[in-house]
Amino acid sequence: MDNLFILLLIPVLGALVLAFVQQAKAARQLALLVSLVSLGLTIPFLVQFVPDASMQFEQRFAWIPSLGIHFHIGIDGISLPLVLLTNGLIPLIILSAFNYDYKGGFYALVLFMQAGLLLVFTALDAFAFYVGWEVALIPIYFICALWGGENRIRVNIKFFIYTFFGSLLMLVAIIYLHMQVPTEDYELTSFYQLGLDASTQRWIFWAFFIAFAIKMPIFPFHTWQPDTYTEAPTAGTMLLAAIMLKMGVYGVIRWLIPIAPLGTAAYGQLALVLCVIGVVYASVIAFKQGDIKRLIAYSSIAHVGLIGAGIFAWNVQGLQGAIIQMINHGISVVGLFFVADILIRRLDTRDMAAMGGIAKPAPVLAILFLTIVMGAIGLPITNGFIGEFLLLMGIYQYGIWYAALGGLTIILGAVYLLRMYQKVMLGEVNTQTAVFTDIRGTEWVVLAVVVVLIIGIGVYPKPLLDLSEAAVTDLINKVGLIR
Amino acid sequence: MIDLIWLIPLLPLVGFLVNGIGRDVLPRPLVGIIGSGVVFVSFLLSCGVFAAVYAARQAGESATFTQSIFEWISAGNLSVSLSFLVDPLSAIMLLIVTGIGFLIHVYSIGYMKHDDGFAKFFAFLNLFIFFMLLLVLGSNYVVMFIGWEGVGLCSYLLIGFWFKSSAFASAAKKAFVMNRIGDLGFLIAVFLIFNTFGTLEFAGIFPRAADMAMGDTTLLLITLLLFVAATGKSAQIPLFTWLPDAMAGPTPVSALIHAATMVTAGIYMIARSNILFTLSPITLQVVAAIGICTALLAAAVAITQNDIKKVLAYSTVSQLGYMFLGLGVGAFTGAFFHVITHAFFKALLFLGAGSVIHAMSNEQDMRSMGGLKKQLPTTYLTMLVATIAISGIPPLSGFFSKDEILAHAFSANKLLWVLGFIGALFTAFYMFRMLFLTFFGKFRGTAEQAGHLHESPATMTVPLVILAILAAFGGWLNVPAALGGSHLLADFLSPVFADSVAKTGAFHLDHTTEYILMGVSALAAVVMALAAYRQYVSKGAVPVADEAPRGLLAKISYHKFYVDELYDAVIVRPLNALSVFFYRIVDRSGIDGLVNGLSRSVGESGKGIRLLQTGNVGFYIFMMVIAIMALLAYGFFNG
Repeated sequence: MDNLFILLLIPVLGALVLAFVQQAKAARQLALLVSLVSLGLTIPFLVQFVPDASMQFEQRFAWIPSLGIHFHIGIDGISLPLVLLTNGLIPLIILSAFNYDYKGGFYALVLFMQAGLLLVFTALDAFAFYVGWEVALIPIYFICALWGGENRIRVNIKFFIYTFFGSLLMLVAIIYLHMQVPTEDYELTSFYQLGLDASTQRWIFWAFFIAFAIKMPIFPFHTWQPDTYTEAPTAGTMLLAAIMLKMGVYGVIRWLIPIAPLGTAAYGQLALVLCVIGVVYASVIAFKQGDIKRLIAYSSIAHVGLIGAGIFAWNVQGLQGAIIQMINHGISVVGLFFVADILIRRLDTRDMAAMGGIAKPAPVLAILFLTIVMGAIGLPITNGFIGEFLLLMGIYQYGIWYAALGGLTIILGAVYLLRMYQKVMLGEVNTQTAVFTDIRGTEWVVLAVVVVLIIGIGVYPKPLLDLSEAAVTDLINKVGLIR
Repeated sequence: MIDLIWLIPLLPLVGFLVNGIGRDVLPRPLVGIIGSGVVFVSFLLSCGVFAAVYAARQAGESATFTQSIFEWISAGNLSVSLSFLVDPLSAIMLLIVTGIGFLIHVYSIGYMKHDDGFAKFFAFLNLFIFFMLLLVLGSNYVVMFIGWEGVGLCSYLLIGFWFKSSAFASAAKKAFVMNRIGDLGFLIAVFLIFNTFGTLEFAGIFPRAADMAMGDTTLLLITLLLFVAATGKSAQIPLFTWLPDAMAGPTPVSALIHAATMVTAGIYMIARSNILFTLSPITLQVVAAIGICTALLAAAVAITQNDIKKVLAYSTVSQLGYMFLGLGVGAFTGAFFHVITHAFFKALLFLGAGSVIHAMSNEQDMRSMGGLKKQLPTTYLTMLVATIAISGIPPLSGFFSKDEILAHAFSANKLLWVLGFIGALFTAFYMFRMLFLTFFGKFRGTAEQAGHLHESPATMTVPLVILAILAAFGGWLNVPAALGGSHLLADFLSPVFADSVAKTGAFHLDHTTEYILMGVSALAAVVMALAAYRQYVSKGAVPVADEAPRGLLAKISYHKFYVDELYDAVIVRPLNALSVFFYRIVDRSGIDGLVNGLSRSVGESGKGIRLLQTGNVGFYIFMMVIAIMALLAYGFFNG
């Protein structure tokens, strides 16, 4: 049971069936089942994975032979954590949607997106990567457009055009690179061996960078994000923030830097500066947000900025930190947005001014929410600390001032997240929050899983770190230092 | 016994889990027994560990034991283990944390009896003990940092324990955020240490540091950053304002976390890293200067406060300042000695204050107290002992530890001694003022309060008595040679500070000078106590009401030097304004406006002339400038 192709196929098959399920209850149960099967089938990969730098479970079929396009997929230590993240979080995201009466179409889109995400994280052929990239985009467009908030159409068109613009830039770069390949294929390894001159690498850098920067998003390519996260249905927000943005981060590690190391040498510092600016800028904006989803959206920009900076620092601590923080951020953002969803469903508002005192009527939610907040703040023995510690250490080796500025996140993050917690959970109750019911059923399950992961990874991160260590070290050795 | 080190922090963690998960089902007495019991067992184990360390010291063997649990974080050349280190320094800290911790747990059984969150309170206290023990036991800076931040979390949870009051919740947040400012310093210091020494283990760092040159720039930077961390956790200038607000928490919390243990973590960390600091004379001067300034400032505030816990809070800040003064002048043993004695008498003072507040039906204003010594004799007597101890009147404990710090200060810099002496005058005055206002004179509270007055139950008074004995005799741990003492503590700790002593030479002050210094400060303390007696007992003066006019100095002191107001005006409000500016102007109008403008101009570019629509950008910049000016004007006229 270690056929990677089948792992990608299962969500697609699930989506095909679910598209015709009209009854909400049957749809969500089937969707959960399919996602759990996917998760179960991920375990053999995890067990059989050899933690070295090699590409494993590789599969390669001719796809459009006349154009040199192959369906080439495989897993190494960098992609495995992301495959795990995708297949691990989709069941939680589906479970978190149980409180809505979504029909089969909704879940079909979620699973279809899962397939696209998995393809992005395993593709070893640039064309397959691009296909996965777009396949992941289209379902989330419909999820947001059909189930989103009041301004969904306007916001969504912007999101789509923005990210699609980035994709096209990347497509141009991919086609150009393909034309330089002597063997006329789209293989990742062929792209790695091109040895392009510095001036070509520079524009290649920008073509990829803008595509990835929009997706993550990195300052100043981020303005689609707060609107989209706020207007999307919560499951959609989770898909976007917890998994989809990692496509951009992964792209930087897998495609951008190894293909254009000279381009990165020229502009990597600028990219790192943008990331660090994003950390401080988004954190400061988050201070005064009254809309809980928008606050979490800005906090996500800050956290992702730190991940980006860790990558452009390009050393083992920075990259290892980036990879584990991608997982951590996915987990904590699912937790945060799910709590926001619980609050919004109960109180029918996103405005934190209308909340307060909820810790009294809902003590279980209070303690789980606080743990999630502490994870996002990066308190030791939560997963967030492991990530931030390694990231900041990596950034420190690039330059102490970048670490000092990026490190402001540990202060600013505490300011806005604790402010959020205080506004929502502490103080006196009002007439609405006085009758707030504590979490139950699937809500309890989702938050408990999230909290267990937060503490579990925080206490014993080593197995996760060991997965990617060899691959990361090998990649850095191959590319060399980019300064 | 040494093999069981890991059990010492684990037991409180188990207590936290049991009481936390079972908080709705466990009966109250059982919660109290579990909560205190785990700490008591940890205390017994700590005694065993201490005995082993002591035996090794007596036998002249290495008294350093390490125990590695598992590899926690690794990436490239970085490897961090969860591992523990026991040496004379951590062995003593273990006794303080678990010993005083246990007494305060017992006290809390009585104090928190009627609180709805009884089990939650014990769970949090246990969690605090767990993190504090990690901080103390860590064999490297990262494990220390887990504890360092973990106690900050518990402090947050316990300050905001009565979270229904938004003022209390804000105090909790303030404590956490101010601590985090220091923590960033700690983190960057950790990175710098790793880059310099290639390891984060104490055992790997200190011997190599000892070979470095006096005044090394890297060490200077490392120690300054570590000191920034210490100013956060140990409430020194400029990060001290959270501690007085932290009194929002239940009183046992103030005693345990905000007096006896957590706030001394900064001193412990510096004492642990003493060789790094000894090699950075500039940092030591900064430490001494900040320490003495904090000691004086806080003492000057304490003189006019009327809330009994506020007096003690500023007193704590002030006493912590003395400890930093000690560190700064190289009196590592003296500073640590003061950590110990202060833990005794300040925990006692807070618990005594708690007993008073308990009797007064939650009244904290001393203007409503008075004459309580009849109704609360045990509380009164024990607090009297603590007051004499903290004032530096011999032969109680505070005299010896403060004297040791001041003697070092004298030989380092006469001015430091003078300032320290002035601070000691303030201390004696405000402490006796508190004692007299509370226990002497006539009762000034309501008739209803008078009816409720009662001595606290045994769970509360027994810890008071034990602490009073410790506060009285704790000084005998380290009697100076000038008084024919044996320097027990200094001898026991000597391996920890050996490298530093080797660099600076042993401290020596001739006995005549020492007698004079001791005599002067002891006499001055007695005089100040008498002055306070004259004012508040003989004359029966009662501090004026809040709104009554005050002299300039009294006003400044009463309003705590307006530091909170200053921070609010200089940091908090500008940051909030910046947040709004970034969001509305830069993000929505600026960047997003540019994006929308670009897409619009692309859409309309077919019309050719419409390309000039890029003029939009100019418009936005124009708007930005106008907005910046408007904001500045707003801040100017409202400031």
